[in-house]
Amino acid sequence: MTARIIKRAAALGVIAAMGAGAALADYDDDELVIDGVKIATKVPAPPGHPLPEIVSGWRFRSDETQALEADDFENPAMVAVDYGQSLWDAVDGEAGKSCASCHGDVEESMKGVRAGYPKWNEKAGRPFTLENQINACRTENMKAEPWKWESREMLAMTALVGKQARGYPMKIRKDGPMAEWIEKGKELYYTRFGQLDMACSNCHEDNYGKMIRADHLSQGQINGFPTYRFKWQGLGSLHRRFSGCMKNIRAEPFKRGSDEFVALEAYLAVRGEGLGIETPAVRN
Amino acid sequence: MAAPRILTAAALTAALAGGAWAAETAPAEVRFDGSAVPQRLTDAPGDPARGRAVFIDRKLGNCLACHANSDMADEPFHGEIGPPLDGVADRWSEAELRGILVNSKKAFEGTIMPAFYKDSGFNRPLRKFAGKPILTAQQVEDVVAYLLTLKEE
Ligand code: HEC
Ligand code: HEC
Repeated sequence: MTARIIKRAAALGVIAAMGAGAALADYDDDELVIDGVKIATKVPAPPGHPLPEIVSGWRFRSDETQALEADDFENPAMVAVDYGQSLWDAVDGEAGKSCASCHGDVEESMKGVRAGYPKWNEKAGRPFTLENQINACRTENMKAEPWKWESREMLAMTALVGKQARGYPMKIRKDGPMAEWIEKGKELYYTRFGQLDMACSNCHEDNYGKMIRADHLSQGQINGFPTYRFKWQGLGSLHRRFSGCMKNIRAEPFKRGSDEFVALEAYLAVRGEGLGIETPAVRN
Repeated sequence: MAAPRILTAAALTAALAGGAWAAETAPAEVRFDGSAVPQRLTDAPGDPARGRAVFIDRKLGNCLACHANSDMADEPFHGEIGPPLDGVADRWSEAELRGILVNSKKAFEGTIMPAFYKDSGFNRPLRKFAGKPILTAQQVEDVVAYLLTLKEE
Protein backbone atom coordinates (compact mmCIF):
# COMPACT_ATOMS: atom_id res chain seq x y z
CA MET A 1 0.00 0.00 0.00
CA THR A 2 1.21 3.47 -0.74
CA ALA A 3 1.43 5.97 2.07
CA ARG A 4 -1.55 7.81 0.66
CA ILE A 5 -3.77 4.77 0.67
CA ILE A 6 -2.78 3.85 4.21
CA LYS A 7 -3.68 7.37 5.34
CA ARG A 8 -6.94 7.24 3.50
CA ALA A 9 -7.84 3.92 5.06
CA ALA A 10 -6.97 5.36 8.46
CA ALA A 11 -9.17 8.42 7.91
CA LEU A 12 -12.08 6.30 6.77
CA GLY A 13 -11.45 3.77 9.53
CA VAL A 14 -12.14 6.53 12.01
CA ILE A 15 -15.45 7.14 10.31
CA ALA A 16 -16.37 3.49 10.35
CA ALA A 17 -15.73 3.46 14.09
CA MET A 18 -17.81 6.60 14.51
CA GLY A 19 -20.51 5.07 12.34
CA ALA A 20 -20.82 2.22 14.80
CA GLY A 21 -22.08 5.15 16.76
CA ALA A 22 -23.93 4.11 19.80
CA ALA A 23 -21.04 3.73 22.17
CA LEU A 24 -19.71 7.14 21.22
CA ALA A 25 -23.04 8.91 20.92
CA ASP A 26 -22.80 11.94 23.03
CA TYR A 27 -25.55 13.17 25.36
CA ASP A 28 -25.74 13.61 29.08
CA ASP A 29 -26.88 11.39 31.93
CA ASP A 30 -29.16 13.87 33.67
CA GLU A 31 -32.57 12.62 34.77
CA LEU A 32 -35.70 14.64 34.16
CA VAL A 33 -38.07 15.19 37.08
CA ILE A 34 -40.87 17.73 36.77
CA ASP A 35 -43.04 18.53 39.74
CA GLY A 36 -41.94 15.33 41.46
CA VAL A 37 -42.77 13.18 38.43
CA LYS A 38 -39.86 11.25 36.92
CA ILE A 39 -39.98 11.22 33.14
CA ALA A 40 -38.24 8.47 31.19
CA THR A 41 -35.77 10.18 28.83
CA LYS A 42 -33.83 7.03 28.02
CA VAL A 43 -35.22 3.54 27.63
CA PRO A 44 -33.76 0.32 26.29
CA ALA A 45 -34.62 -0.48 22.69
CA PRO A 46 -36.51 -3.75 22.13
CA PRO A 47 -34.81 -6.41 19.96
CA GLY A 48 -34.96 -5.60 16.28
CA HIS A 49 -35.25 -1.86 16.91
CA PRO A 50 -33.12 0.23 14.51
CA LEU A 51 -31.63 2.20 17.43
CA PRO A 52 -29.43 0.68 20.15
CA GLU A 53 -31.20 2.84 22.76
CA ILE A 54 -34.12 5.26 22.74
CA VAL A 55 -33.23 8.73 23.97
CA SER A 56 -35.26 11.92 24.30
CA GLY A 57 -34.09 15.17 22.70
CA TRP A 58 -34.00 16.61 26.24
CA ARG A 59 -30.76 14.71 26.96
CA PHE A 60 -29.01 16.47 24.09
CA ARG A 61 -29.84 20.00 25.21
CA SER A 62 -27.68 22.29 27.33
CA ASP A 63 -28.09 22.32 31.10
CA GLU A 64 -29.76 25.74 30.89
CA THR A 65 -32.36 24.56 28.37
CA GLN A 66 -32.93 21.37 30.35
CA ALA A 67 -33.52 23.40 33.50
CA LEU A 68 -36.21 25.52 31.85
CA GLU A 69 -38.21 22.42 31.01
CA ALA A 70 -37.70 20.87 34.43
CA ASP A 71 -39.38 23.77 36.22
CA ASP A 72 -42.97 24.69 35.40
CA PHE A 73 -42.44 28.21 36.75
CA GLU A 74 -39.60 28.75 34.31
CA ASN A 75 -41.07 26.88 31.34
CA PRO A 76 -42.02 29.58 28.80
CA ALA A 77 -44.75 27.33 27.35
CA MET A 78 -46.85 27.44 30.50
CA VAL A 79 -48.57 30.65 29.41
CA ALA A 80 -50.00 28.66 26.50
CA VAL A 81 -51.11 25.87 28.83
CA ASP A 82 -53.03 28.46 30.90
CA TYR A 83 -54.60 29.81 27.72
CA GLY A 84 -55.52 26.23 26.83
CA GLN A 85 -57.30 25.89 30.16
CA SER A 86 -59.41 28.98 29.46
CA LEU A 87 -60.32 27.58 26.03
CA TRP A 88 -61.22 24.25 27.65
CA ASP A 89 -63.79 25.99 29.80
CA ALA A 90 -65.10 28.39 27.15
CA VAL A 91 -68.41 27.71 25.39
CA ASP A 92 -67.99 27.95 21.62
CA GLY A 93 -70.12 26.96 18.61
CA GLU A 94 -73.78 26.46 17.91
CA ALA A 95 -74.25 23.54 20.27
CA GLY A 96 -73.50 25.89 23.17
CA LYS A 97 -70.86 23.60 24.64
CA SER A 98 -67.30 23.76 25.90
CA CYS A 99 -64.78 20.92 26.11
CA ALA A 100 -65.58 20.82 29.82
CA SER A 101 -69.29 20.23 29.12
CA CYS A 102 -68.44 16.75 27.83
CA HIS A 103 -65.10 15.98 29.47
CA GLY A 104 -65.26 17.71 32.85
CA ASP A 105 -61.97 18.27 34.60
CA VAL A 106 -59.12 18.10 32.10
CA GLU A 107 -56.74 16.77 34.75
CA GLU A 108 -58.98 13.75 35.23
CA SER A 109 -60.43 13.04 31.82
CA MET A 110 -57.28 13.65 29.77
CA LYS A 111 -54.86 11.77 32.02
CA GLY A 112 -52.39 9.87 29.83
CA VAL A 113 -54.37 10.46 26.65
CA ARG A 114 -51.63 12.07 24.54
CA ALA A 115 -49.39 9.00 24.96
CA GLY A 116 -51.75 6.91 22.81
CA TYR A 117 -51.85 9.19 19.76
CA PRO A 118 -52.02 8.96 16.79
CA LYS A 119 -54.91 6.55 17.10
CA TRP A 120 -57.17 4.85 14.56
CA ASN A 121 -60.52 6.59 14.05
CA GLU A 122 -63.09 4.21 12.68
CA LYS A 123 -65.53 6.85 11.51
CA ALA A 124 -62.91 8.86 9.62
CA GLY A 125 -61.24 5.69 8.35
CA ARG A 126 -57.79 7.09 9.13
CA PRO A 127 -55.50 7.69 12.09
CA PHE A 128 -56.31 10.74 14.17
CA THR A 129 -53.56 12.92 15.56
CA LEU A 130 -54.46 14.86 18.68
CA GLU A 131 -55.15 17.89 16.47
CA ASN A 132 -57.57 15.83 14.34
CA GLN A 133 -59.44 14.63 17.43
CA ILE A 134 -59.71 18.13 18.90
CA ASN A 135 -61.13 19.47 15.64
CA ALA A 136 -63.55 16.54 15.35
CA CYS A 137 -64.87 17.42 18.82
CA ARG A 138 -65.19 21.04 17.77
CA THR A 139 -67.00 20.47 14.49
CA GLU A 140 -69.16 17.48 15.48
CA ASN A 141 -69.89 17.91 19.18
CA MET A 142 -69.64 21.67 19.59
CA LYS A 143 -70.69 22.73 16.09
CA ALA A 144 -67.78 25.15 16.19
CA GLU A 145 -65.24 26.07 13.54
CA PRO A 146 -62.16 23.85 13.36
CA TRP A 147 -58.88 25.44 14.47
CA LYS A 148 -55.98 25.82 12.05
CA TRP A 149 -53.15 23.35 12.67
CA GLU A 150 -50.62 25.94 13.80
CA SER A 151 -53.07 28.39 15.41
CA ARG A 152 -52.50 29.78 18.87
CA GLU A 153 -55.65 27.96 20.00
CA MET A 154 -54.65 24.55 18.65
CA LEU A 155 -51.14 24.83 20.11
CA ALA A 156 -52.56 25.85 23.49
CA MET A 157 -55.08 23.00 23.53
CA THR A 158 -52.61 20.31 22.43
CA ALA A 159 -50.19 21.64 25.06
CA LEU A 160 -52.86 21.48 27.79
CA VAL A 161 -54.06 17.99 26.84
CA GLY A 162 -50.48 16.80 26.28
CA LYS A 163 -49.40 17.99 29.70
CA GLN A 164 -51.96 15.66 31.33
CA ALA A 165 -49.89 12.75 29.98
CA ARG A 166 -46.57 13.97 31.32
CA GLY A 167 -44.47 11.00 32.36
CA TYR A 168 -46.76 8.48 30.67
CA PRO A 169 -44.80 6.22 28.33
CA MET A 170 -45.53 6.82 24.67
CA LYS A 171 -47.34 3.74 23.35
CA ILE A 172 -49.75 3.63 20.45
CA ARG A 173 -51.76 0.76 19.01
CA LYS A 174 -49.82 -0.82 16.20
CA ASP A 175 -52.23 -3.48 15.06
CA GLY A 176 -55.16 -3.46 12.66
CA PRO A 177 -55.34 -0.65 10.17
CA MET A 178 -52.59 1.32 11.98
CA ALA A 179 -49.96 -1.18 10.79
CA GLU A 180 -50.12 0.03 7.22
CA TRP A 181 -49.73 3.70 8.24
CA ILE A 182 -46.78 2.93 10.47
CA GLU A 183 -45.15 1.05 7.61
CA LYS A 184 -45.73 4.00 5.28
CA GLY A 185 -44.18 6.33 7.86
CA LYS A 186 -41.16 4.08 8.13
CA GLU A 187 -40.73 4.17 4.38
CA LEU A 188 -40.78 7.98 4.42
CA TYR A 189 -38.29 8.06 7.31
CA TYR A 190 -35.72 6.25 5.20
CA THR A 191 -36.44 8.12 1.96
CA ARG A 192 -33.97 10.75 0.80
CA PHE A 193 -35.47 14.13 0.01
CA GLY A 194 -34.41 17.49 -1.34
CA GLN A 195 -31.39 18.95 -3.06
CA LEU A 196 -29.22 17.80 -0.14
CA ASP A 197 -30.61 14.31 -0.71
CA MET A 198 -30.90 13.17 2.89
CA ALA A 199 -33.31 10.98 4.82
CA CYS A 200 -34.42 11.54 8.41
CA SER A 201 -32.33 8.48 9.29
CA ASN A 202 -29.12 10.04 7.93
CA CYS A 203 -29.20 12.62 10.71
CA HIS A 204 -31.30 11.12 13.51
CA GLU A 205 -30.27 7.46 13.30
CA ASP A 206 -26.77 7.42 11.78
CA ASN A 207 -25.41 10.58 13.41
CA TYR A 208 -27.28 11.39 16.61
CA GLY A 209 -24.98 12.64 19.34
CA LYS A 210 -22.77 14.48 16.87
CA MET A 211 -22.57 18.16 16.03
CA ILE A 212 -23.81 19.32 12.65
CA ARG A 213 -22.21 22.74 12.68
CA ALA A 214 -23.83 24.48 15.69
CA ASP A 215 -26.58 21.89 16.19
CA HIS A 216 -26.29 18.84 18.42
CA LEU A 217 -28.17 16.07 16.66
CA SER A 218 -30.68 14.09 18.71
CA GLN A 219 -32.71 11.08 17.65
CA GLY A 220 -35.54 13.39 16.55
CA GLN A 221 -38.00 11.90 19.04
CA ILE A 222 -41.51 13.32 19.31
CA ASN A 223 -42.37 12.94 23.00
CA GLY A 224 -42.22 16.67 23.79
CA PHE A 225 -44.63 18.20 21.29
CA PRO A 226 -45.97 20.80 20.97
CA THR A 227 -42.56 22.15 21.88
CA TYR A 228 -41.40 25.60 22.88
CA ARG A 229 -38.40 26.56 20.74
CA PHE A 230 -36.21 29.61 21.27
CA LYS A 231 -35.83 29.80 17.52
CA TRP A 232 -39.60 30.02 17.11
CA GLN A 233 -40.01 32.19 20.20
CA GLY A 234 -43.09 30.18 20.96
CA LEU A 235 -44.78 26.80 20.69
CA GLY A 236 -44.78 24.84 17.47
CA SER A 237 -46.43 21.63 16.37
CA LEU A 238 -44.64 18.42 15.49
CA HIS A 239 -45.59 18.86 11.84
CA ARG A 240 -43.97 22.30 11.88
CA ARG A 241 -40.75 20.62 13.04
CA PHE A 242 -41.03 18.00 10.26
CA SER A 243 -41.51 20.83 7.80
CA GLY A 244 -38.43 22.66 9.12
CA CYS A 245 -36.23 19.57 8.84
CA MET A 246 -37.40 19.06 5.25
CA LYS A 247 -36.68 22.68 4.32
CA ASN A 248 -33.21 22.38 5.85
CA ILE A 249 -32.41 19.65 3.37
CA ARG A 250 -33.93 21.86 0.67
CA ALA A 251 -36.97 19.64 0.19
CA GLU A 252 -40.52 20.82 -0.51
CA PRO A 253 -42.25 19.86 2.76
CA PHE A 254 -45.53 17.97 2.95
CA LYS A 255 -48.48 19.88 4.41
CA ARG A 256 -49.28 19.87 8.10
CA GLY A 257 -51.91 17.18 8.66
CA SER A 258 -51.09 15.47 5.34
CA ASP A 259 -51.21 11.68 5.07
CA GLU A 260 -47.41 11.71 4.85
CA PHE A 261 -46.87 13.64 8.08
CA VAL A 262 -49.53 11.65 9.93
CA ALA A 263 -47.83 8.44 8.81
CA LEU A 264 -44.43 9.78 9.91
CA GLU A 265 -45.89 10.77 13.26
CA ALA A 266 -47.34 7.28 13.76
CA TYR A 267 -44.02 5.65 12.88
CA LEU A 268 -42.07 7.96 15.18
CA ALA A 269 -44.47 7.22 18.03
CA VAL A 270 -43.55 3.55 17.62
CA ARG A 271 -39.85 4.32 17.21
CA GLY A 272 -39.85 6.22 20.51
CA GLU A 273 -42.12 3.82 22.40
CA GLY A 274 -41.54 3.98 26.11
CA LEU A 275 -40.21 7.52 26.29
CA GLY A 276 -42.14 9.64 28.77
CA ILE A 277 -44.33 12.43 27.42
CA GLU A 278 -42.67 15.80 28.19
CA THR A 279 -45.26 18.16 26.74
CA PRO A 280 -44.70 21.08 26.63
CA ALA A 281 -40.97 20.52 26.11
CA VAL A 282 -38.35 23.25 25.70
CA ARG A 283 -35.79 23.10 22.90
CA ASN A 284 -33.40 25.53 21.24
CA MET B 1 -34.75 18.80 -22.44
CA ALA B 2 -32.17 20.92 -20.71
CA ALA B 3 -33.43 24.16 -19.20
CA PRO B 4 -31.74 27.33 -20.41
CA ARG B 5 -28.70 28.00 -18.26
CA ILE B 6 -28.69 31.15 -16.25
CA LEU B 7 -25.34 32.35 -14.99
CA THR B 8 -25.53 33.18 -11.31
CA ALA B 9 -24.01 36.43 -10.12
CA ALA B 10 -21.22 34.45 -8.48
CA ALA B 11 -20.40 32.54 -11.65
CA LEU B 12 -20.50 35.77 -13.60
CA THR B 13 -18.08 37.47 -11.25
CA ALA B 14 -15.88 34.42 -11.37
CA ALA B 15 -15.94 34.41 -15.16
CA LEU B 16 -15.09 38.09 -15.33
CA ALA B 17 -12.37 37.71 -12.74
CA GLY B 18 -10.92 34.97 -14.90
CA GLY B 19 -10.75 37.59 -17.63
CA ALA B 20 -12.83 35.59 -20.07
CA TRP B 21 -16.12 33.77 -20.42
CA ALA B 22 -15.17 30.43 -19.05
CA ALA B 23 -16.63 27.42 -20.80
CA GLU B 24 -18.34 25.11 -18.34
CA THR B 25 -19.27 21.46 -18.21
CA ALA B 26 -22.95 21.06 -17.29
CA PRO B 27 -23.71 18.68 -14.39
CA ALA B 28 -25.14 16.00 -16.66
CA GLU B 29 -22.06 16.14 -18.90
CA VAL B 30 -19.42 15.55 -16.21
CA ARG B 31 -17.33 12.50 -17.10
CA PHE B 32 -16.31 10.19 -14.28
CA ASP B 33 -13.36 7.86 -14.33
CA GLY B 34 -14.48 5.53 -11.56
CA SER B 35 -15.23 7.95 -8.76
CA ALA B 36 -12.76 10.59 -10.02
CA VAL B 37 -13.30 13.48 -12.40
CA PRO B 38 -9.99 14.17 -14.18
CA GLN B 39 -11.16 17.11 -16.26
CA ARG B 40 -11.70 20.60 -14.88
CA LEU B 41 -15.30 21.79 -15.06
CA THR B 42 -14.27 25.25 -16.27
CA ASP B 43 -11.51 26.82 -18.34
CA ALA B 44 -10.59 29.21 -15.56
CA PRO B 45 -8.47 27.61 -12.83
CA GLY B 46 -9.85 27.39 -9.30
CA ASP B 47 -9.07 30.07 -6.79
CA PRO B 48 -8.21 28.72 -3.31
CA ALA B 49 -9.17 31.92 -1.48
CA ARG B 50 -12.65 31.92 -3.00
CA GLY B 51 -12.88 28.19 -2.37
CA ARG B 52 -12.11 28.72 1.29
CA ALA B 53 -15.03 31.17 1.52
CA VAL B 54 -17.38 28.73 -0.23
CA PHE B 55 -16.30 26.02 2.24
CA ILE B 56 -17.38 28.19 5.19
CA ASP B 57 -20.53 29.76 3.71
CA ARG B 58 -23.65 28.12 5.13
CA LYS B 59 -25.61 28.83 1.94
CA LEU B 60 -22.92 27.41 -0.37
CA GLY B 61 -20.57 24.57 0.56
CA ASN B 62 -21.30 24.61 4.28
CA CYS B 63 -18.59 21.96 4.45
CA LEU B 64 -17.90 22.97 8.06
CA ALA B 65 -21.35 21.63 8.96
CA CYS B 66 -19.90 18.15 8.76
CA HIS B 67 -16.09 18.48 8.56
CA ALA B 68 -13.67 19.93 11.08
CA ASN B 69 -10.77 21.82 9.52
CA SER B 70 -7.79 23.15 11.52
CA ASP B 71 -7.08 25.75 8.85
CA MET B 72 -10.30 27.43 10.07
CA ALA B 73 -9.67 27.11 13.78
CA ASP B 74 -10.98 30.62 14.35
CA GLU B 75 -14.38 29.76 12.83
CA PRO B 76 -16.81 28.48 15.48
CA PHE B 77 -18.80 25.24 15.14
CA HIS B 78 -16.98 22.55 13.18
CA GLY B 79 -19.19 19.55 12.51
CA GLU B 80 -18.43 15.94 13.47
CA ILE B 81 -20.34 14.03 10.79
CA GLY B 82 -17.49 13.48 8.32
CA PRO B 83 -13.73 13.05 8.81
CA PRO B 84 -11.62 16.15 9.54
CA LEU B 85 -10.19 17.48 6.30
CA ASP B 86 -6.70 18.25 7.63
CA GLY B 87 -4.15 16.88 5.18
CA VAL B 88 -6.85 15.81 2.74
CA ALA B 89 -4.60 16.67 -0.25
CA ASP B 90 -2.11 14.02 0.93
CA ARG B 91 -4.84 11.39 0.76
CA TRP B 92 -6.60 12.22 -2.52
CA SER B 93 -5.57 13.48 -5.93
CA GLU B 94 -7.10 16.52 -7.60
CA ALA B 95 -9.28 14.32 -9.83
CA GLU B 96 -10.47 12.30 -6.85
CA LEU B 97 -11.30 15.42 -4.85
CA ARG B 98 -13.26 16.83 -7.79
CA GLY B 99 -15.17 13.56 -8.03
CA ILE B 100 -15.98 13.62 -4.29
CA LEU B 101 -17.32 17.14 -4.64
CA VAL B 102 -19.30 16.59 -7.82
CA ASN B 103 -20.96 13.44 -6.50
CA SER B 104 -19.57 11.83 -3.36
CA LYS B 105 -21.93 8.87 -3.73
CA LYS B 106 -19.63 7.45 -6.40
CA ALA B 107 -16.73 7.23 -3.94
CA PHE B 108 -18.73 6.57 -0.77
CA GLU B 109 -21.82 4.51 -1.40
CA GLY B 110 -24.82 5.64 0.62
CA THR B 111 -22.98 8.59 2.16
CA ILE B 112 -24.84 11.45 3.85
CA MET B 113 -22.57 13.93 2.02
CA PRO B 114 -24.54 15.82 -0.63
CA ALA B 115 -23.56 15.83 -4.31
CA PHE B 116 -22.52 19.42 -4.97
CA TYR B 117 -22.67 19.38 -8.76
CA LYS B 118 -25.77 17.45 -9.70
CA ASP B 119 -28.99 19.07 -10.87
CA SER B 120 -31.52 16.30 -11.34
CA GLY B 121 -32.83 13.12 -9.82
CA PHE B 122 -33.81 14.72 -6.52
CA ASN B 123 -36.97 13.86 -4.61
CA ARG B 124 -39.18 16.95 -3.94
CA PRO B 125 -36.42 19.57 -4.16
CA LEU B 126 -37.53 22.98 -2.87
CA ARG B 127 -38.89 24.88 -5.86
CA LYS B 128 -36.23 27.56 -5.74
CA PHE B 129 -33.47 24.94 -5.97
CA ALA B 130 -35.13 22.61 -8.47
CA GLY B 131 -33.00 21.87 -11.52
CA LYS B 132 -29.93 23.51 -9.99
CA PRO B 133 -26.74 22.15 -8.49
CA ILE B 134 -25.71 23.33 -5.00
CA LEU B 135 -22.49 24.90 -6.34
CA THR B 136 -21.58 26.35 -9.72
CA ALA B 137 -18.85 24.74 -11.81
CA GLN B 138 -16.47 27.55 -10.85
CA GLN B 139 -17.26 27.18 -7.15
CA VAL B 140 -16.48 23.46 -7.37
CA GLU B 141 -13.12 24.28 -8.98
CA ASP B 142 -12.46 26.90 -6.30
CA VAL B 143 -13.14 24.42 -3.49
CA VAL B 144 -10.96 21.78 -5.18
CA ALA B 145 -8.16 24.36 -5.41
CA TYR B 146 -8.62 25.15 -1.73
CA LEU B 147 -8.63 21.47 -0.68
CA LEU B 148 -5.35 21.00 -2.56
CA THR B 149 -3.76 23.46 -0.11
CA LEU B 150 -4.64 21.20 2.85
CA LYS B 151 -1.37 19.29 3.15
CA GLU B 152 0.40 17.99 6.19
CA GLU B 153 3.46 16.51 4.54
C1 HEC C 1 -29.61 17.56 8.02
C2 HEC C 1 -29.96 16.90 9.24
C3 HEC C 1 -31.41 16.57 9.51
C4 HEC C 1 -32.30 15.83 8.76
C5 HEC C 1 -32.06 15.15 7.43
C6 HEC C 1 -33.53 15.78 9.53
N1 HEC C 1 -33.41 16.46 10.69
FE1 HEC C 1 -34.74 16.52 12.25
N2 HEC C 1 -33.49 17.74 13.30
C7 HEC C 1 -32.24 18.17 12.87
C8 HEC C 1 -31.68 19.06 13.87
C9 HEC C 1 -30.31 19.74 13.79
C10 HEC C 1 -32.63 19.16 14.90
C11 HEC C 1 -32.51 19.96 16.22
C12 HEC C 1 -31.62 19.22 17.19
C13 HEC C 1 -32.13 17.83 17.44
O1 HEC C 1 -33.02 17.64 18.27
O2 HEC C 1 -31.66 16.91 16.76
C14 HEC C 1 -33.75 18.28 14.53
C15 HEC C 1 -34.88 18.06 15.32
C16 HEC C 1 -35.90 17.18 15.01
C17 HEC C 1 -37.01 16.88 15.89
C18 HEC C 1 -37.25 17.47 17.29
C19 HEC C 1 -36.65 16.62 18.37
C20 HEC C 1 -36.93 17.17 19.75
O3 HEC C 1 -36.45 16.57 20.72
O4 HEC C 1 -37.60 18.19 19.88
C21 HEC C 1 -37.80 15.99 15.22
C22 HEC C 1 -39.09 15.37 15.72
C23 HEC C 1 -37.17 15.73 13.94
N3 HEC C 1 -36.02 16.47 13.85
C24 HEC C 1 -37.68 14.88 12.96
C25 HEC C 1 -37.14 14.74 11.67
C26 HEC C 1 -37.78 14.02 10.59
C27 HEC C 1 -39.10 13.28 10.69
C28 HEC C 1 -36.96 14.13 9.49
C29 HEC C 1 -37.19 13.67 8.08
C30 HEC C 1 -38.35 14.19 7.40
C31 HEC C 1 -35.80 14.87 9.91
N4 HEC C 1 -35.96 15.25 11.22
C32 HEC C 1 -34.70 15.14 9.11
C33 HEC C 1 -31.60 17.79 11.71
C34 HEC C 1 -32.13 16.98 10.72
C1 HEC D 1 -23.89 16.38 5.60
C2 HEC D 1 -22.52 16.04 5.80
C3 HEC D 1 -21.42 16.49 4.87
C4 HEC D 1 -21.26 17.69 4.19
C5 HEC D 1 -22.17 18.91 4.21
C6 HEC D 1 -20.01 17.59 3.49
N1 HEC D 1 -19.44 16.37 3.71
FE1 HEC D 1 -17.64 15.70 2.96
N2 HEC D 1 -17.94 13.86 3.86
C7 HEC D 1 -18.98 13.55 4.70
C8 HEC D 1 -18.80 12.18 5.18
C9 HEC D 1 -19.72 11.45 6.15
C10 HEC D 1 -17.61 11.70 4.58
C11 HEC D 1 -16.96 10.32 4.71
C12 HEC D 1 -17.41 9.40 3.62
C13 HEC D 1 -18.50 8.47 4.10
O1 HEC D 1 -18.16 7.45 4.68
O2 HEC D 1 -19.69 8.77 3.95
C14 HEC D 1 -17.09 12.78 3.76
C15 HEC D 1 -15.90 12.72 3.02
C16 HEC D 1 -15.29 13.79 2.40
C17 HEC D 1 -13.97 13.77 1.82
C18 HEC D 1 -12.97 12.61 1.89
C19 HEC D 1 -12.27 12.85 3.22
C20 HEC D 1 -11.09 11.98 3.61
O3 HEC D 1 -10.41 12.36 4.55
O4 HEC D 1 -10.91 10.93 3.05
C21 HEC D 1 -13.74 15.02 1.31
C22 HEC D 1 -12.50 15.50 0.60
C23 HEC D 1 -14.92 15.82 1.60
N3 HEC D 1 -15.85 15.05 2.25
C24 HEC D 1 -15.06 17.16 1.26
C25 HEC D 1 -16.19 17.94 1.51
C26 HEC D 1 -16.34 19.31 1.07
C27 HEC D 1 -15.26 20.12 0.40
C28 HEC D 1 -17.60 19.70 1.41
C29 HEC D 1 -18.33 20.98 1.12
C30 HEC D 1 -18.27 21.53 -0.21
C31 HEC D 1 -18.21 18.59 2.14
N4 HEC D 1 -17.32 17.53 2.14
C32 HEC D 1 -19.48 18.60 2.69
C33 HEC D 1 -20.05 14.38 5.05
C34 HEC D 1 -20.27 15.66 4.55
